[in-house]
Amino acid sequence: MGQTEPMSRPEGMRSAAAELVFDAATKRYGDGAPAVDHLSLTVPAGEICVLVGPSGGGKTTALKLVNRLIELTSGDIRIDGTSVNSLDVTELRRSIGYVIQQVGLFPHMTIETNIGTVPRLFGRSKEWIRTRSHELLELVGLDQSYAKRYPAQLSGGERQRVGLARALAANPPVMLMDEPFGAIDPIVRTRLQDEFLRLQQEVRKTVVFVTHDIDEAIKVGDRIAILRQGGKLVQYDTPAAILGTPADDFVAEFVGADRALKALALRTLGELELRPAADGGPRLPRSTTLRDALALLIAEHAQTLAVTDGAGTVVGSLTRDDLLR
Amino acid sequence: MNAVVAAGPVIPNFGQGSKCEQTNGWWCTDWLHAHWGDTLQPALFQHIELSLIAVSIGFALAFLLALVGVRYRLLDAPIGIFADFLYTIPSLALFQLLVPLTGLTVTTVEIALVSYTLLILYRNMVEGLRAVPADALEAARGMGLTRRQTFMRVELPLAAPAIIAGLRIATVSTISIATIVAFVIPKGLGRPIFTALGQDVFKTEILAAGALAVGLALFADGLLVLGQRVVTPWSRAG
Repeated sequence: MGQTEPMSRPEGMRSAAAELVFDAATKRYGDGAPAVDHLSLTVPAGEICVLVGPSGGGKTTALKLVNRLIELTSGDIRIDGTSVNSLDVTELRRSIGYVIQQVGLFPHMTIETNIGTVPRLFGRSKEWIRTRSHELLELVGLDQSYAKRYPAQLSGGERQRVGLARALAANPPVMLMDEPFGAIDPIVRTRLQDEFLRLQQEVRKTVVFVTHDIDEAIKVGDRIAILRQGGKLVQYDTPAAILGTPADDFVAEFVGADRALKALALRTLGELELRPAADGGPRLPRSTTLRDALALLIAEHAQTLAVTDGAGTVVGSLTRDDLLR
Repeated sequence: MNAVVAAGPVIPNFGQGSKCEQTNGWWCTDWLHAHWGDTLQPALFQHIELSLIAVSIGFALAFLLALVGVRYRLLDAPIGIFADFLYTIPSLALFQLLVPLTGLTVTTVEIALVSYTLLILYRNMVEGLRAVPADALEAARGMGLTRRQTFMRVELPLAAPAIIAGLRIATVSTISIATIVAFVIPKGLGRPIFTALGQDVFKTEILAAGALAVGLALFADGLLVLGQRVVTPWSRAG
């Protein structure tokens, strides 16, 4: 992303990632119950905030309040201190990446032209867009031969990669992702989640990510906001804190009875203090989660495992009890 | 003029033309050579002009109506029914109705021809614009395209195959219907046909003019197919 020049953006939105603040954001349709009720939370610049909860919790509504696809009834949303209501709506939207479940690629445009949609609105040249789309295709793990293809020629997973690339094209400080991997089969979804997290290490956007899947929330979120019916925020915390100390019964039930196991998925072997290397037991790389390691020990009826480094050399060992401590 | 033409049977050049003409043969090459320049070619060019004007005006009108019908759904049914109604009026009856108002003029025939293009063009435009995938529209809005940009860059190109399909049917049927224009004004490929019908059904002239009308329709259709391929390269991908 080094060669990307700063885009022309509204005042106050020039940094690579921006702090996003929901300040008593409320959406009410007519006189009915609110869809989003006094939602207040801060997403620090460069972090992924996952909005999760049952249907009717107002997750998608809250997300669309940010780019004003839905207008606030009361309260405010600020990007780096600038209220979304103080900006021209098309300008606001052009400076926010938007990824939706159905992807919404334009079927009549090549992948390259799709990716260039927002840069073209900013008046970028064809050459700029070509270079940029090749760069982004590489970033999302697609070959450059995809540039000249049409969306109909791609698989669902490939299309969502392009959707992500298109959202990143104008280098927006904020990204909104509405169940981006919801329509993709589980195996590809896991891979896309992993690649999205790797990509986020590189681009460091402020991301609001909506899902109904608590496992996905735990996996991708730096922080998780749990919303319940009527758009009320129940708990906003790190995945570990939500699994460790759920705010109330609703959260405890929503994260599931297996929350202790889920918490194991948040840590890797490399984070534990290793015993001296010992023979016997399965070998696992440092980057394995405690949950996967435990699952393997149970499956293999083993008590200890050998931890390896990136090169495959055994660097230490761990027992079952170490994993559960 | 000589008396023979006025008094005798009205086979063209009676008593002077080739043997084929005198016996009213199916395909008199001599006659075709002799009358391409003064009969068939001008009729063909008039026919192209009549059809082109009708389809162009019909296209523009249907397009405006389609914009209204898509934007204000309530108006779609009334517009559709109106176009339907126009389409069902027999063309000869429509001429009869119009002549007292607009006379034996090009205006009269163009009003009729345009009326017949509206239904198919309108319906195809509305269907095409409605079939634009909702997710593409949502993405366009979310990315900050204005309403106009969304229409020009997303909706219109995606509706193009349906619009061009309608245009093909409207063009071919207009070229066909335009032959009866000669009933009102002496123009188009209908004119040599009417003339030949008045001349003891001179077969060569009828066949030649008919063949030109069919050829013109096929040619125009082919052009539109080519045009669609150029405009919608994506529709063959996948």
